[in-house]
Amino acid sequence: MSEFFKIAALVTTASTGIRYATSYLYAAIGETFGQRSGVLNLGVDGIMLLGAFGAYYTTRQTGNLWLAMLVAAVIGLIMGLAMAFVSVTLQAEQGISGIGFYLFGLGMSDLLFQKLVGTPLPIPGFPQIRIPWLSELPVVGQLLFSHSIIVYGAFLLVPITTYVLNRTTIGLKIRSAGENPAAADTLGVSIARVRYGTVMFGSMLAGIGGAALTTELRIFQSNLTAGQGFIAVALVYFGAWRPVGVMYGALLYGLVASTVLQLKTLGVIPRSVSDLATMLPAVITILALVVAVQRERQPAALTKPYQRGG
Amino acid sequence: MRLLSIAGGLLPVAAVVGALLIGAVMLLVLGADPIKGFSALIEGSFGSLKALSDTASKAVPLLLVGVGITIAFRANVINIGGEGQIVLGAMFGTGTALLFPHLPGWLLLPLVMIAGFAGGALWGAIPGALKAYFSVNEILSTIMLNIVAVQIMNFFLQGPWMDPAEVEKGSRIPQTARLPQQADLPLLLKNTRLNIGLVIAVVAAILVYIFLWRMTEGFRIRAVGFNPFASRYAGMQVNNRIVLALTLSGALCGLAGAILVFGSESHRFVTDGSATGFTGSAGFNGIVAALFGGLHPIGTIPASVLFGALLVGANKLQRVVQVPSALIIALNGLVVVFVVSSAIWKRRLDRRIQLSASRANDPGGGP
Repeated sequence: MSEFFKIAALVTTASTGIRYATSYLYAAIGETFGQRSGVLNLGVDGIMLLGAFGAYYTTRQTGNLWLAMLVAAVIGLIMGLAMAFVSVTLQAEQGISGIGFYLFGLGMSDLLFQKLVGTPLPIPGFPQIRIPWLSELPVVGQLLFSHSIIVYGAFLLVPITTYVLNRTTIGLKIRSAGENPAAADTLGVSIARVRYGTVMFGSMLAGIGGAALTTELRIFQSNLTAGQGFIAVALVYFGAWRPVGVMYGALLYGLVASTVLQLKTLGVIPRSVSDLATMLPAVITILALVVAVQRERQPAALTKPYQRGG
Repeated sequence: MRLLSIAGGLLPVAAVVGALLIGAVMLLVLGADPIKGFSALIEGSFGSLKALSDTASKAVPLLLVGVGITIAFRANVINIGGEGQIVLGAMFGTGTALLFPHLPGWLLLPLVMIAGFAGGALWGAIPGALKAYFSVNEILSTIMLNIVAVQIMNFFLQGPWMDPAEVEKGSRIPQTARLPQQADLPLLLKNTRLNIGLVIAVVAAILVYIFLWRMTEGFRIRAVGFNPFASRYAGMQVNNRIVLALTLSGALCGLAGAILVFGSESHRFVTDGSATGFTGSAGFNGIVAALFGGLHPIGTIPASVLFGALLVGANKLQRVVQVPSALIIALNGLVVVFVVSSAIWKRRLDRRIQLSASRANDPGGGP
């Protein structure tokens, strides 16, 4: 046990945790936008899988990681367009249509992987960028300033999206579409256009989240995400529809995963106990849901399709 | 209320046809002959006695989950926790068999099935209670309980329940030892995999039909789903009905889990560390069957045979035209999307019928 508490080991664990949080963060921040505008996208996990496969395949073929991210983003946008068409234009039940998108992404990414790739050879990932001077700092340097661009990008999204949602006209339109679409409509806000926008933006981030996962792990396999997208949806509730809260949730999942891994590697706890420990975030999330609904209020129009006069 | 507009009509059939057409296009794009592919699929699912019995076996968990999902949807609650409920049912069943390995079969077999039912019921009652008494969204809580269930499963299968042979070999595959023989589900046909689970599932579907349409309590569940405000006004305990619907829904999924273990060929509880590794995504595919069956227990019987056939036939398709069987999972996803999307036409049609009916009743409106 004492080995675990050495500063170096603790810093490594925390730093790995931050890396693990990245894919959750992209997906969950994207989902926050959809939900704030009133659309629950339950297909995140499927979109992440398709984005991850797109990025993996592009890297295998071209070796260009930036192109891989672009491909993942475009796949996300296309899936988002389909999701928006189904939930906004066709007003389908979002809790179920999302499962359809999930199954589609799960099957499609597996199909393409088996057909086009077959053997899961590793791919290169983004290099670590040590931020000059800051990364030299003791402890904090390794913890916060020695990550890849993908990790920095995810955490930069938090202040940016917080600003967009709370301080800009677009943010106001998004929030009004989720709280009182009828009122927003009478003021000339196109509810459909806002929701198409948020769902597509959110799905794009889900695609990038999948790409972040595959480039961090440097591998692709069937069902790579193992339900991360579903957790991302829950994290939005956990974080009470605010990017900062969502970030805390993502860090919780990342840190518990890395701590358990570290304890397992050091042989401090038996394997089977570590499985129970990985259960913690899910249980905490359920408890947080119970607490959150007593204190926070979800967007009033969440999962409700908007219809004029209806 | 909105959920119910999915039920019935020819739209689900059109959705499946549409998904299969897209599947044909995908086969073409992947350089395979669609006609050859689909005939392999049909042959692989209905072409021989073995194929037929495999299809029927595959349909069993889909039917139980589908019927369970139907109860929840009829109460207007969405249960996407089928995966976790299947896992819990399997765990309770397995635990019972490991606890009483020397009981005679006539006692142990019913006992493990009841245990499975109870395990799933517990995993359905939790989100039910959270929704009814704490207003926690059931979509969220069932998702989280799926994750918790997988971790409990891994804890037991990689720890106390792991096959001692696996521990000795060091291969450490997460599976139990062979479970007590007297708890094996009896086979219906020799030399096939088809077991008595099929009878259990069909009987369950019929019982659920009787419950929902012929009994007061079932009527109340449907009334709550149709209009919770009117139901409350009529003096019904809406919250209790929500808990009951999700509990029963989970219980049927749990029964499916017990059947998956005790009706499996290896007679073990096996996983690869994920829920899908054990359930084969039955918790999600059962939703597809329920939607296609028009959210009706009896309609779900042919629906689960159809989707069981697709899943079984996919293996043959893979062998004959070299297109991975994952294609069928993707197509199942499309069926779900198409069915729920097409509900808009049905809602519009219903509204038009209502309008014309009210016009016909209005003496001033007619010519």
